[in-house]
Amino acid sequence: MDATAILQAFVLLLVAATATGVILTRDPLAQAITVSFFGLLLAIAFLAFQAPDVALSAIAVGAVALPLMILLALAKIRGGAE
Amino acid sequence: MTSRGRRGLFLTGAAGLALLLLWGTAGLPDFGDYQHLYGLTLNAESVAATRATNAVAAVTFDYRGFDTLGEEFILFAAVLGTALLLRAQREEEEEPPEDMAPDRRPPHDSDAVRELCLGLVAPIFLFGVYIVVHGHLSPGGGFQGGVVLATAPLLMYIGGEYRGLRTVTPEAPLELVKGAGTGGYVLIGLSGLWFGTSFLDNALPRGNAGDVISSGTILALNLAVGMAVAGGLVLLLTEFLEQTLVLRSRSRK
Repeated sequence: MDATAILQAFVLLLVAATATGVILTRDPLAQAITVSFFGLLLAIAFLAFQAPDVALSAIAVGAVALPLMILLALAKIRGGAE
Repeated sequence: MTSRGRRGLFLTGAAGLALLLLWGTAGLPDFGDYQHLYGLTLNAESVAATRATNAVAAVTFDYRGFDTLGEEFILFAAVLGTALLLRAQREEEEEPPEDMAPDRRPPHDSDAVRELCLGLVAPIFLFGVYIVVHGHLSPGGGFQGGVVLATAPLLMYIGGEYRGLRTVTPEAPLELVKGAGTGGYVLIGLSGLWFGTSFLDNALPRGNAGDVISSGTILALNLAVGMAVAGGLVLLLTEFLEQTLVLRSRSRK
């Protein structure tokens, strides 16, 4: 196995581990943080597989836009309920 | 259904899914051994044919430009739907949101966060423009650059410049930018009918591969998508942030 393959396998394992972490996180607020971390690792995985275009999209959507939307939606729901 | 029956059904289904997945995975080509004709042809031909050095942009905005139009309309409809939902809610309340804890002031914004965020606004904006404009040359493009552009006003929000945020992102021009981006995509597509043979035909002069102004409509479509995405995302964020903004600016007085 060459260095690239080892790196790819390592990143894939990390992605699988964080994905499990996201599922095991029960609190939605904490989940917004873990899903952001997962998005970042997914972007690194795309980069390791030589897909920089997809990696940029993954950073923008997975690590920034999605957690932000979750946070804002939570703020809106909780603000209305209290 | 009893819990025992449910578990049995799940286990049968899960076992079947696992078998199908294993079967499908075993039939995949070897890792890193790409043999599909379409991709190989694109790799060999696309730079000479489209003059875009980023083959991904050549596919999304030239060979498959029509699919991207569909994606852009999905985004347009999503932002429109969210804005519509949130606005209806605001009218229902009729009164502006109330500060539930008037005796407690929001924590003082850290000077370090403030300076860092406000200092980053201009570089991030420039970086977003760079990514949009170089979409046909290097990784990136209208979508990615548009999201980067949209984070610039967001940094102002994190930095605590609420009033500045409202002056930088008033609603009407944002809607104009978003609409112009989405409509611009269709207009550029129609230019293919005018100058070329079909809708989204890349009929503009293509220039030299590697130049910033090259690859015909790919650059133009990237600009349109960048506008639509940046405008749409900022609109979406301001819709969500509206109430928080009202509250915070009031308690700051």
